[in-house]
Amino acid sequence: MDLLSNLAMGFGVASTPANLAFCLIGVLLGTLIGVLPGIGATATIAMLLPITFQLEPVSSLIMLAGIYYGAQYGGSTTAILINMPGESSSAVTAIDGYQMARKGRAGIALATAAIGSFFAGTVATLLVAIFAPPLTTIALKFGAAEYFSLMVLGLIMAVALAHGSVLKALAMMVLGLLLGMVGTDIYTGTPRFTLGITAYADGLNFVALAVGLFGIAEILRNLETEHTREVMVKSIQRLMPNRQEFREMAAPIMRGTVVGSVLGILPGGGAILASFASYTMEKKLSRTPEEFGHGAIAGVAGPESANNAGAQTSFIPLLTLGIPANPVMALMIGAMIIQGIVPGPNVVVDQPMLFWGIIASMWIGNLMLIVLNLPLVGLWVKLLSVPYYVLFPIIMAMCAIGVYSVDNNTFDLYAVAFFGLLGYVLSKLRCEPAPLLLGFVLGPLLEENLRRAMILSRGDATTFLTRPISAGLLLAALAVLVLVFLPQIRSRRDEVFTESDG
Amino acid sequence: MSTNTNDKTDQATGLLLMAAAGFFGYQTTGLEIGTMFRMGPGYFPMILSGLLFLLGVLIFLKSFGRTSEPFGTIAWRGMALILPAPIIFGLTVRGLGFVPALFIATLIAAQASVKMRPLPSLILAVVVTILSTLIFSYGLGLPFRLFGPWVQF
Repeated sequence: MDLLSNLAMGFGVASTPANLAFCLIGVLLGTLIGVLPGIGATATIAMLLPITFQLEPVSSLIMLAGIYYGAQYGGSTTAILINMPGESSSAVTAIDGYQMARKGRAGIALATAAIGSFFAGTVATLLVAIFAPPLTTIALKFGAAEYFSLMVLGLIMAVALAHGSVLKALAMMVLGLLLGMVGTDIYTGTPRFTLGITAYADGLNFVALAVGLFGIAEILRNLETEHTREVMVKSIQRLMPNRQEFREMAAPIMRGTVVGSVLGILPGGGAILASFASYTMEKKLSRTPEEFGHGAIAGVAGPESANNAGAQTSFIPLLTLGIPANPVMALMIGAMIIQGIVPGPNVVVDQPMLFWGIIASMWIGNLMLIVLNLPLVGLWVKLLSVPYYVLFPIIMAMCAIGVYSVDNNTFDLYAVAFFGLLGYVLSKLRCEPAPLLLGFVLGPLLEENLRRAMILSRGDATTFLTRPISAGLLLAALAVLVLVFLPQIRSRRDEVFTESDG
Repeated sequence: MSTNTNDKTDQATGLLLMAAAGFFGYQTTGLEIGTMFRMGPGYFPMILSGLLFLLGVLIFLKSFGRTSEPFGTIAWRGMALILPAPIIFGLTVRGLGFVPALFIATLIAAQASVKMRPLPSLILAVVVTILSTLIFSYGLGLPFRLFGPWVQF
């Protein structure tokens, strides 16, 4: 069995003492950040990215992946204990999780979230291992035209799945593409949109863009209204669910895993959407829907499994096609490029150790999370009592150091301030920054493939339609675009997102 | 439909997008456009600027006759103190060096909260500076100059 020997190799790579240590550091940092409200996974990874540049490529990606799913996990702890999602994907968990905590079942809620996440993580890791290799064989046949069309589809999907107005999301995506054009043109060497500043000749630093748009804008939003958080639960009594509770959570966990795995592959914040979809589904399927909102165990088990499964499977498009499914994956692409790895189907062929090592580390990371976090819950609770006005200056310091250490370029720091302001203004205007970041990362790739495809076809634009795979992808993109503008779908979409806001 | 039922948020968004499109569009005028066969550096950005402008117009036009949700409070104090922090760090890190620059930046950022008092903010800035220096400079070995030419006597 190829799969088994590949996985064995992956576990070999992932379980070297150094890599185990980086995985542990990653999940701990991720949980820490996830627990603290007001700083999301995207901003954290952006900030910590420069630190990992000193590491081996495998270790650095293992650690970054650990931060990502650690944050998903930590977010649920905050959601349950203080009714405030540490991460946007755990917003749904807060609904029933917090109610369980109020009824003295905080321990059970935390355990349910942990068990669900672990199960979902295991299944999703296996899915990545099974589906990634065949997808890469398809992707290896892709030419410039196919890549262009694939990226168009990815961007359109991200727009369709973004919160709020579709038009605004489209505009954000285009703005991101344009920002991605800043820098020297690869074919002619002409500087573009640099305003004569040579420090921007290599393009805008994407760490600066991400830290500004996600990190600093978030701090500003939190400073609008400073209220004190209250930790409801001082001590956690019973952690282990009993037989009855296990039975109640089993089916929701399975369903959540399936929903999450499917939605995670789609571009555009799969994990967030997955948890909302799972909650809605559990509520519809439940024999006691009135319990939802008052501490239903299914309302914690389903969404928590779904968001963890989604977080894992969003690695599939990244590892096979080099296309990011969400902002965090866009950052992973940036990390790979800086490490000298070209993301895409060649990774599995050229660097099997890296590819399988990352996959194996995901499962190890999930195991670490469940083993470490339940006993450590007390520590995380204590952390929650650190006031925000102490936290954000620390975050600001980390932002400044992180961005500066990428290139030692002071202009990147000015860019951080600019994008912080832009991010805050955009959030005030109810524009989602996620499509912008995806556009920014994909912009240069999109242009390069477009130009290459046109040169290959001698200026014949029909090349995108005469090549079957490319035509199919573009048709899918068009279908998605038409669908989101259809009145019925539109109201359904609004409904899903309104529910999620409540 | 009265005149004050326009969605102010969307109007502002539309105008902002049109302005951004105008900026990028104006900048492309100096770039070579090229042909379909051999696209110049200005070809793709030109298309994108056009598209962005169009989206801006659409969003602007759709705003009429719709009520808007209020902007809510705006974090003026936050903006005034948080945004300069990285800029000041950038301006001083070469001259003063990593340690003083970080201390100043953290101290300024800490003032953004109304709940922060002078003494705790000073302590916080000192602690953050010391820990960051230990972690980043000594622990991770990042090549920062701890004290720059401005403070060498």
